[in-house]
Amino acid sequence: MAFKLPPVSLKIEATPGNIITGIILILGFGLTVMRFYGGLGAVTNLDDTNPWGIWIGFDLLCGVALAAGGYVTSASCYVFGLKRYHSAVRPAILTAFLGYALVVFALHYDVGRPWRLPYPIFVSPGTSSLLFEVGLCVFLYLNVLFIEFTPAAFEWLGLSKIRGIVMKMTMALTIFGVILSTLHQSSLGALFLISPSKLHPLWYSGYLPVYFFISSMFAGMSMVIFEGSLAHRYLHDKMDETHLKESDGVVLGFSKAASFIMMGYLGIKVIGLAIDNNWHYLFTGWGAWFLLELLGFVGLPAFIYAIAARDKNVKLARIASVIAVLGIVFNRLNISIVAFNWHLPAAQRYMPSWMEIVTSVFIVTVGITVYRFITANMPVLYEHPDYKHEH
Amino acid sequence: MAITRRKFLGWMGCAAAGSATLAGTAAYGASNKEFKGHPGSFGVLHDTTRCIGCRKCEKACNEVNKMPDPKVPFEDLSVLETERRTSVHTHTVVNRYAPSKQASSEKQHPIFVKKQCNHCLEPACASACFVKAFKKDKKGPVGYDETLCVGCRYCMVACPFNIPAYEYDNPLTPRVMKCTMCLPRIEEGKLPGCVEICPREALVFGKRDDLIREARMRIQKYPDLYVDHIYGEHEMGGTSWLYLSKVPFSQIGMREDLGTTSAPQMTAGALSAVPIVVGLWPVLLTGIYAISKRKDKVAEEEAQEAIAHVKEEAETALASELAKLKEKMTKEKETAVTAAVKKAMDEAAAAAQAEEKAKTEEQKAPEAESDVEEEK
Ligand code: SF4
Ligand code: SF4
Ligand code: SF4
Repeated sequence: MAFKLPPVSLKIEATPGNIITGIILILGFGLTVMRFYGGLGAVTNLDDTNPWGIWIGFDLLCGVALAAGGYVTSASCYVFGLKRYHSAVRPAILTAFLGYALVVFALHYDVGRPWRLPYPIFVSPGTSSLLFEVGLCVFLYLNVLFIEFTPAAFEWLGLSKIRGIVMKMTMALTIFGVILSTLHQSSLGALFLISPSKLHPLWYSGYLPVYFFISSMFAGMSMVIFEGSLAHRYLHDKMDETHLKESDGVVLGFSKAASFIMMGYLGIKVIGLAIDNNWHYLFTGWGAWFLLELLGFVGLPAFIYAIAARDKNVKLARIASVIAVLGIVFNRLNISIVAFNWHLPAAQRYMPSWMEIVTSVFIVTVGITVYRFITANMPVLYEHPDYKHEH
Repeated sequence: MAITRRKFLGWMGCAAAGSATLAGTAAYGASNKEFKGHPGSFGVLHDTTRCIGCRKCEKACNEVNKMPDPKVPFEDLSVLETERRTSVHTHTVVNRYAPSKQASSEKQHPIFVKKQCNHCLEPACASACFVKAFKKDKKGPVGYDETLCVGCRYCMVACPFNIPAYEYDNPLTPRVMKCTMCLPRIEEGKLPGCVEICPREALVFGKRDDLIREARMRIQKYPDLYVDHIYGEHEMGGTSWLYLSKVPFSQIGMREDLGTTSAPQMTAGALSAVPIVVGLWPVLLTGIYAISKRKDKVAEEEAQEAIAHVKEEAETALASELAKLKEKMTKEKETAVTAAVKKAMDEAAAAAQAEEKAKTEEQKAPEAESDVEEEK
């Protein structure tokens, strides 16, 4: 099959944003060299008592939670039949794919011998480990997302036959994606089930997998809304009419759904407190921190979402989405870092080094750069003229 | 038939094992059965009342494991000033604990405690490892296979005793490091290095069952010397390394809040959810899909009906409109025709009139003509 590579736009202007991006990329490259030349100890503050830092707490836990927009959006559109979400599916799938790809990329920095990352699946599966479940599902889901995204690339390359084949599998891929997402989103929470003696009782619960799964839903929705507002700001010229017309509907629809789910999440959090009878911890400093997380970063955005949905106020929904996304980051960092090893004296606690933080920023920057390249070239935020009236 | 708890757990264990065999290998770590340890497996009893904090075990451990020399020699007891944990080149450490102020005078001596891997019966580290790099040997030791380790350090997160250490400064072949219970030496029929050198027999190597009996006997014989507890008999499902103490264990740096649930049991529930999710989700989702499809179809039908209805209405409306229009047009036509006829008739009449007029004028014309000619 002969096809012509479509024109690639690679214009790089010396805008402040691009300059900062460049600096971060250079710094990140330097840190990468240090990491692989000197070992984890050369760049991280990790130690024997605190084996997991922000590369797990932020890059893995937050990355996966915030990439949940992929399964949430495609399930709403294809399984629940909410056709008006259709134009939101592709950008959500793309972000999810990039999100997961970045997670795997970040893991290469964090694990000691990254070239052995296929081991758990192909060499010696440790099936009793929840990390194995996470690894297997993330690996499979990355493939699903990749296939789900290929139609955009095929349209871009003009390969309509293969595109047609992939489009026929949409439903199966969506259901498979939901199963895998349910499993690994919840398993990420279940990772901490094994250390009740290290995680503060307010955060430790037998329901951790449920909490992680439920919160991943509104994390995904909030991320779709949040990204949408960023894309509208910076990539407005790339969007077609359908996308622009439907996007407010998507925002309001997700606002309503997210607000409901967040209320439910608050409910099961309280049930968890009650079952373990942890009320007395609420009156400690940890309790205040816990309440800040629940009321300030879940309750508040849930409330704002509800108002936004009622008043059809897209701007308000976007504000809520920012708080909700921060709330997810707050929650995941609390569980993996802040409330982990809470009983140890301050001297034995972990604080990320600046190099760890810059590496995380670097990885996010790589993601944004790739996203910009893809949306600038492939039909993501608009429909390809040849395939417009298909669905 | 009454279902006993044991039996029920057995079934649950089967379910968990079933879920754990997704990839084709049975994982004993996920089993929910109560595990009493491999029969005849070895362990070590550490009687802290006998330990004098000489650090000879640390030295022996260093030697049998061929570790580099420490910065501070083992004879220097000043390191006991601060509490230490195991690290990359130190598989075992001895810590000193000052007795609490309120204790009676005979308990005033400092207490020394040796710390190393406890070789759990159902190790958290092994259950956590996603490549099965950790394994509980039938002889008792929990061993580590560095040829499999990916370096995710989940084992370190999982270990409730904070034992495994990691070679953070090794860029290419970092390993997880911990006490091996000297398995190579055991296999040669020798004692573990630390046990062999201990000058006070504060460490006793033997079959775990025997050690528990021995410990019980000591407690019974000297009730004033020991608290009535063998640390490790049930902690975290039981460990191969056992401890006796004069004071409550929480006062000598050992956690008493770990409970007796083994690590695999803590995650068994989450693991057994996997087959349920895999089995139920497709059914539910396809169901929802069918409903939403059906809804779509109904909506479509309704829409079509509505359209048909509207169309019909529109058609009748159009027809009546047309009829009206037609009527109007015919009327207009009629009027137009009458008007035209009338006009024509008028015109005809006018023409006739004009003709007559012209005739009369013609009659007058010759006279006028002659007038004109005259003028020329
Ligand atoms: S003490 Fe820790 S490292 Fe040793 S066997 Fe138990 S869980 Fe594993
Ligand atoms: S660090 Fe190595 S031994 Fe520990 S859990 Fe990961 S792969 Fe297993
Ligand atoms: S059993 Fe062997 S490895 Fe373990 S502390 Fe004793 S000497 Fe060291």
